Amino acid sequence: MRTRLPAPWLLVLPALLVALWHFAVDLRWVTEGLIPSPAQVLRSWYTWIFGSTTAMLSPYSGTWLDNVVYSSRRVLQGFGLAALAAIPLGLLIGWSRLASRVIDPTIQLLRPVPITAWLPFAIAVFGIYDASALFLIGLGAFYPIVVNTTHGVRDTNLLLLRAARMLGAGNGTVLAKVIFPSALPSIFTGLRLGIGIAWTAVIVAEMIAVKSGLGYVLWDAYYVGRMDICVATMFSVGLLGFISDRLIVWAARFLLRWRTLEAHG
Amino acid sequence: MIEIRGVHKQFAKGERRVVALQDIDLTVAEREFVAILGPSGCGKSTLLNMVAGFDQPTRGSVKVAGEEIAAPAPGRGVVFQEPALFPWLTVMDNVVFGPKTLGQSAASYRARAAQIIEQIGLSGFEASYPAELSGGMRQRVGIARVLILEPKVLLMDEPFGSLDAQTRTLMQELLLALWERHQQTVLFVTHDIEEAILLADRVCVMTARPGCIKKSIEVRMPRPRSIESTTSPEFNTLRRAVLDLIREESVRAAMETERA
Repeated sequence: MRTRLPAPWLLVLPALLVALWHFAVDLRWVTEGLIPSPAQVLRSWYTWIFGSTTAMLSPYSGTWLDNVVYSSRRVLQGFGLAALAAIPLGLLIGWSRLASRVIDPTIQLLRPVPITAWLPFAIAVFGIYDASALFLIGLGAFYPIVVNTTHGVRDTNLLLLRAARMLGAGNGTVLAKVIFPSALPSIFTGLRLGIGIAWTAVIVAEMIAVKSGLGYVLWDAYYVGRMDICVATMFSVGLLGFISDRLIVWAARFLLRWRTLEAHG
Repeated sequence: MIEIRGVHKQFAKGERRVVALQDIDLTVAEREFVAILGPSGCGKSTLLNMVAGFDQPTRGSVKVAGEEIAAPAPGRGVVFQEPALFPWLTVMDNVVFGPKTLGQSAASYRARAAQIIEQIGLSGFEASYPAELSGGMRQRVGIARVLILEPKVLLMDEPFGSLDAQTRTLMQELLLALWERHQQTVLFVTHDIEEAILLADRVCVMTARPGCIKKSIEVRMPRPRSIESTTSPEFNTLRRAVLDLIREESVRAAMETERA
């Protein structure tokens, strides 16, 4: 096993990047006023989160949490719907040759259509409502989950299937007790890719299809020239994406303990 | 108990058709321990897979207890060369997978599971995952999860082939002890001559391409046997006889390869 590097090493590159950013602004390497300095972004972000007694009637005072909640809720709902549809469907496609023949080509044809290309369609069908955002997020997250689940199922060791059969397992037991656990690592890979796409999709959807959330703030702030808020939003989304990814990784680690044993054993 | 009659097996290998098995006739009596000995690629595993129900013969019939085999069933326990344990289940859960699947009550199988885990010498490892066990321990779990179903027929496909020599000897003794106790009908596939003679009542020597049974040799050594049996003069005589058969065969195979 590799030894873990002490924590300070992890901070070297981020510190360098922030320093570069700071000096780029401070020494006017970039056109003045175009890009805010790190300190400026921090101040605005702080006000955005905790509010301010001096900044009156600013739409960016103390509204951060609300928007975080809006976006997170959409991601959670859209991602949840995607997982609920994609995991069973992936199991079916991987398991049944007929289902694979009937469903898989359609998925493969639709998959290359970028999520952004669906925007006009979503707005036309669902209007400027949450449903539009959920549709885009769900669709975006659906593909990687279904594809990885299918792969996981097809990768199931033939010997394990035979073992289960000879121990008396029928189709249902084989699917639930052998194929599903065996595909679980791939399913988690799909979920991790899916949650990443879900955050991309929520920002795109909120920029255009709904009037709340971080994506909406980002686009709105850009229009009124508040680059500091734009950058603070970028950090916020990055942070949320990171946290949600970690949550999935922790869930995977917990459910796939047997695999970590394998890796070290 | 096991009746194999006129079995042929062909595989399509791209354009070519490969005859894996030809004219196999084999009868295994109840409680008989038969070893199938042959070089790799002679189709012995294919034969076993057909008795297990994983594979169907192209021609001929395979019957167990008078019934044609259509699919795998818990009455015919299989031990594979790889232990093929469910890596996400503990030793205990692997052992009780069969009874649980068959809907037996936990009360009835828990005690049996503990007993069998003790017989295979893995008490204390019930909560371990396969990844935490050595190869020999895993294979013992592979045997235990089959024995708990008390199958009439035990099918073993080079079960000790991937173990080191010392572990293999221990496993052979363990299997002998288990067999004395459970007395199933056993079909045991191996390419190890000494293993075949030590364990079996009868050794069927197979030839390669197309695979067929060249000769069947009775092993009349007294039971219970142990690893000491391998030093007896009877054992040596048998080993010599089998070795001669196999040598003949490998010379023939080598000549054929040259010609091809």
